[in-house]
Amino acid sequence: MTALGGAPTPTTTTALAEVSARRKPRRRSGVFLLKRLGFYLVAAWSAITLNFVIPRLMPGDPSAAIIDQLERVSGQALAPEALVSIRGLFGNPDQNLLEQYGGYLAQLARFDLGVSISNFPVPVADLVGAGLPWTLLLVGTTTVISFVLGTMLGVAVGWRAGSRFDSIMTPFITFVSSVPYFWIALLALWLFGFVFGWFPLSGGYDPNLPISLEPAFLLSVMQYGALPALTIVFSAFGGWMLGMRNMTVTTVREDYVLLAQAKGLSPARVRWRYAARNAMLPQFTGFAMALGGVVGGALLTEIVFSYPGIGYLLFSALQKRDYPVMQGVFLLVTLTVLLANLIADSLYVWLDPRVREES
Amino acid sequence: MRASLLRNGKVLFGVIVLAFFVLLALLGPVLLSVLGLDARANDISAIAAPPSAAHPLGTTQFGQDVLAQVIEGARGSMFVGFLGAAIGTAIAIVVGVPAGYFGGTTGNLLNFLTNIFLVMPVLPLIFVVAGYLQGTGLVMIAIIIGVFGWAGGARTLRAQAMSVRNRDFVQAMRMLGEPHRRLIFVEVLPHLYGWIASMFLGGLIGAVMAEAGLAFLGVSDSSAISWGTMIQAAQQQSAVLRGLWWWFVPPGLCIALVGTAAALINFGVDELANPKLRAASRRVAKRTASVRRAAAALETTGAERA
Repeated sequence: MTALGGAPTPTTTTALAEVSARRKPRRRSGVFLLKRLGFYLVAAWSAITLNFVIPRLMPGDPSAAIIDQLERVSGQALAPEALVSIRGLFGNPDQNLLEQYGGYLAQLARFDLGVSISNFPVPVADLVGAGLPWTLLLVGTTTVISFVLGTMLGVAVGWRAGSRFDSIMTPFITFVSSVPYFWIALLALWLFGFVFGWFPLSGGYDPNLPISLEPAFLLSVMQYGALPALTIVFSAFGGWMLGMRNMTVTTVREDYVLLAQAKGLSPARVRWRYAARNAMLPQFTGFAMALGGVVGGALLTEIVFSYPGIGYLLFSALQKRDYPVMQGVFLLVTLTVLLANLIADSLYVWLDPRVREES
Repeated sequence: MRASLLRNGKVLFGVIVLAFFVLLALLGPVLLSVLGLDARANDISAIAAPPSAAHPLGTTQFGQDVLAQVIEGARGSMFVGFLGAAIGTAIAIVVGVPAGYFGGTTGNLLNFLTNIFLVMPVLPLIFVVAGYLQGTGLVMIAIIIGVFGWAGGARTLRAQAMSVRNRDFVQAMRMLGEPHRRLIFVEVLPHLYGWIASMFLGGLIGAVMAEAGLAFLGVSDSSAISWGTMIQAAQQQSAVLRGLWWWFVPPGLCIALVGTAAALINFGVDELANPKLRAASRRVAKRTASVRRAAAALETTGAERA
C-alpha cells in the first residue's frame, strides 16, 4: 500500500470513502482493527516471553545470584514469598521450563514484578509506578510537540523546496538528526545549565518542595522539565521535518494539487487540505514506529538530567545490577509502546480511508 | 550511475567524510605512533587541562590526551558500526527477501517476525540483554546491536522483493523452471543492491549511535576506547558540571559527522532514484519564483487597469 498511489484528488477519495463508509461503516474498519489488536496481543506475549527467556539463556544461575545478592544486602535469609517470586521471574532449578513459564505468567497476572535489590524490599511495581508519570509527561509532551512542529515546518520547507530557508534548514537538520540524543543533552546542560545558569542542573522538581499539586510545585516541575524537553524536541523534530519535506515535495507535483490551484482555491487551503493531508500519511506510520525510538531516546535524556522517570530507574538498575528492576522497566516500556502503536494504528484507519478499503 | 553519483555534491562530501573516518580507524595506531601520542598514557602534569600546544584537544580528568582518545575511539566506534551494520543487513536480507519473494505462509510468517521486531522498543531490549552480559567486548555489543536492529531493513527489502518478483523477467524465469534459490540470488537480489547499500549506511550510523548509547549507560567494555566510552567517562566524572567541554564535545562531533556523511550519501542516492526530489534544486526554485513574481505583477497591473 503506497500512500499516494492512485488517489485522483483528496476530495474524491474522501467523498468515495464517505459513501462506502456509509454503506458498510463499522464492519471493515472493525475487521482491520481486530487484526491489529490480535497482532499487538501476540507482540505483547512475545515481549513477556522474551522477558522470561532472556535470564534463562544467560550463563550461570541468575536467580541464585539475585537471591545471594539480596541476602547480602539485607543481611538475613529471604522470606519464602520473596524466594518464590524471584525463582518465578529468573528461573527455578527445581522446575521444568513449562512449569516455570506457568508460574511466571501467574506472577505477572498479579502485577508481581519481584522486589528491587538496590531498594530492598520495595516491589519493582512500586518503583516503576513512581517513575512512569514523569516519563509519560516528558515523552508525551515532547513527542507531540516535535511531531507537530516538524510536520508543519516540513510542509513549509517542502512547499518551497530549494528556497533559501530549505537550503539552510535541510543540511542543518541532517546534521542534527545524526547527533546522539544524549550528547545534545549534555551539551545543552553544559551551555544553558552550567555556563548561563538558566536551568537547574538535575532532577525533575525542586527537592525543597513536597510533591503535590500546589502551583509552586507544578511551576518547579515545568522549570526542571524545560531543558530536557527542549533537547528532546530539538533532536527529534528534524526527522519529522525531513520526512514531511520529501513527501510534500513529491505531493506538490501531483496533478490534483495543480488542479486545486488552477481552480483558484486559496493557497493555504491547497497547501494544507490537498498537499499536506496526503503527504501526512507516511508521516503517521512513522509516528507510530518512532514511538519506540523516542522512548529509548528519552531513557538517555533522563539519565543526563537525572530526571526521575523510567530511564533513570533503568540506569540505576543497570549500574547496581538490579535485574528485577531492569526487566520490569523493559516490560513496562514495551507494553506502553505497543499500546501507543495500537492507538496510532486506530487513528490511521480514521485518517486514511483506503486502509479500511483494503482490509 | 556511478559517475553521476560522485558528481552529486552531497554524495561526494559524504563519501569523503566517511572515507576519512574509515582511514582514521584503520590507520589510527600508525597515526598515534607518528604523533607520539598514547590514548591510555596519563600525563599527571596536565590533568583536565584545556586545549594547548602539548595537548591540542586538551586532556581528561585522568590526564589522558583527548586527541589520542578520539583517534583510538574511531577504531572502536567504526568497528562496532561496521560489524553491527553487517550483521543487521545480513539478517534483513535473509528475512526480508524471502518474505517478499515467497509470499504465502512463509512470507506471512517472516513478515510477522519482522513486524514484531519492528514494534519492540529495541533500545531497552538491548539494555536488558547487555545488562546481563555486563562488561562484554565490542564484538558482543556489535552482535547484540545487529541482532536487534534489522527489522526496518527487512521490511523495505520485503516490499522491494515483492515488486521485483512480479516483473516479467522473473516470472519468465520461473516458468522455465529455475529453482527458487537461483532466482533469488541471480534475478531478484541484484535489483536490491541499491537498497541494501543504503540500509548498510543507515545501519552503520545506527550501530555507532547505539554503541555510544550503550557505553553511555555503562554497558560496554570498560577497557575499550570508543567515542561512546569517552562521553560516558566524561559524564561519570561530571565533566559537564566542571566545564570540561573539550572532553565530551569532540567524540560527539565525530559521531555526528559520521552520521551526517551517511545521511548525505543516502540523500544523494534518493535524489538520483527519485527525480522529483532532485528537481527541487536551488536554480529551478529561483526560476519558478521569478516566473511567479512576473505573473503576479502582470495580474496586479491588470487588476489596476481594470
